[in-house]
Amino acid sequence: MIKKLNMNSIKKIMGFFWMILAPVVIYLLIKAAIQNIDSTGTKDINKPVPWIIIITIFTPIAIGLMIFGYYSLKGEYDHLPRSSDDL
Amino acid sequence: MVLSNGKGIGKVIFSSSLGTLIEWYDFYIFGMLAKTISIQFFPEGNDTAALLSTLAIFAAGFLVRPFGALVFGRLGDMIGRKSTFLFTLVLMGGSTFLIGLIPGYRTIGIAAPLLVLLLRLIQGLALGGEYGGAATYVAEHSPVNRRGYYTSWIQTTATLGLFVALGVIMLVKSNMTDASFTSEWGGWRYPFWISILLVIVSIYIRLKMSESPLYTKLKKEGKASLNPLKESFGNKGNFKMVLLALFGAVMGQGVVWYTGQFYAQSFLENTAKIEFMQNREIMLWGIGLATPFFLVFGALSDRIGRKWIMLSGMLLGVIFYRPIFNTFLKDTNIKEWKKMEGNATPTIISKEILKVDSTQIGNELVQVTHSKIKWQSQQGTGFTETRADTILNSEATQGLTKEDTKPVFADKILSAPMKWKFISLVFVMILFVTMAYAPIAAFLVELFPTRIRYTSMSLPYHIGNGVFGGLVPFIATLLSAGSPTDPLVGLWYPILIAALCVVIGTFYLSNKIDKNIND
Repeated sequence: MIKKLNMNSIKKIMGFFWMILAPVVIYLLIKAAIQNIDSTGTKDINKPVPWIIIITIFTPIAIGLMIFGYYSLKGEYDHLPRSSDDL
Repeated sequence: MVLSNGKGIGKVIFSSSLGTLIEWYDFYIFGMLAKTISIQFFPEGNDTAALLSTLAIFAAGFLVRPFGALVFGRLGDMIGRKSTFLFTLVLMGGSTFLIGLIPGYRTIGIAAPLLVLLLRLIQGLALGGEYGGAATYVAEHSPVNRRGYYTSWIQTTATLGLFVALGVIMLVKSNMTDASFTSEWGGWRYPFWISILLVIVSIYIRLKMSESPLYTKLKKEGKASLNPLKESFGNKGNFKMVLLALFGAVMGQGVVWYTGQFYAQSFLENTAKIEFMQNREIMLWGIGLATPFFLVFGALSDRIGRKWIMLSGMLLGVIFYRPIFNTFLKDTNIKEWKKMEGNATPTIISKEILKVDSTQIGNELVQVTHSKIKWQSQQGTGFTETRADTILNSEATQGLTKEDTKPVFADKILSAPMKWKFISLVFVMILFVTMAYAPIAAFLVELFPTRIRYTSMSLPYHIGNGVFGGLVPFIATLLSAGSPTDPLVGLWYPILIAALCVVIGTFYLSNKIDKNIND
């Protein structure tokens, strides 16, 4: 019981971390894009198109991570569903 | 109803796995032949072609694959598993075959890269729809105590697809000259044409299959989902499990899978500079020897649960990637090879002067001699050295030679014991892949209800593998640009993602096997 309680407390603390991590990832991606896009460069990281695609696909993933953190903070993962009826 | 007799389930596994293997084969040959395809369809110096090339590489894996998971996942939950993954097979096989028929840029101009891009996007779409269907189909036929084992056959297909693609390309390439292979209608097209034969056989087999028993029951009872996307991602209870599957399992599995199978090959070729055919031989052996372990870990997951096997595979990757890749680098260090004694001492077997550049600077004539030297030892090791030595001719210098301090070494051939050491290391990395990947189909199937299973499991799977896994080379290049002196810096991305996944998985996932997937 105490072990379960501790696990749930850790999940809640972690939830806060996931919520912060998500915008940080997007910020770092945008920063890296600005630093590396270079019309004279020849590598993929120098072209704008890969960055546009990656940031486009990563933004909803990062939002998903924030929601994951929020659910975690709210205790949604304290008890996982035992059957599909619990979903 | 599940098929507990060996014969029935054997047919189900064979027909599902064969089609999925062919889809992986089709998807890989494009990537493996990217250099040749680029010469034929995306010539250098043409900005439009370069843009289309970038789109073909990035959009197919990152954007279209998850989109395919949504499109075909929805279809699979609405009209059935069988017809959906039959359709994805036709799409994939058809587009692969057609890529092999498109004339080059020199013949039809910009239409060539446009058509290739279109067909590559269709390939990405089809791949997004295939896996979820095959995994669901097999799991819904499997008895509860064998679900991990039976679905692990599906898990072998991604690795076997790579194995077959490598094998077919090596076979074709070894039977012709480089010029014949890379010409406009050359040997590089054969792997694309071979695909159509495989697809026809697979379609024939899949047509004879019946629908999943669980889905048929659901449909008969009128309980099939009318809006799987809304139910999967609009229902909080299910959506939180989609997020958990992605961040607690598939994200880490994706990077482990990609690092072991693709990054390793690219690292051996481009950083360690191992000769083309030997590099593929090392990969083929490593993959071939490790593949049976998918079945071992799939079966083990039926006994001890899925969670810890998957997380152990990721954790081992986190711990051992840097030592393994560092060994690749150290053992291919030419400075060390040159110091070797006895039969291992490399000696020059040929020297070719490529060109001599001469410049008069004041009273001094500066000559730069570019040469290519082939070295070989009696033990069988060898390498090519390309160097540019400078000769200074003036009264003062009198032919003084300044040796190139940074010669380029390539086409390294390892001795037999060293080759087997490398095979063992690749084997170990594929072993991590088998641990992380083997139980994942059963794990995902058990997480979601039958009525929206195809949709719910396909999206996290393809984001984890396509996006997180597919980003490994891009982020590696990015990190290398920031720390150009550290050749191992690119590994920090898979290590960090896998570590993050291990932490989330450890605290959030349950190791309990869901016995009832009929709900």
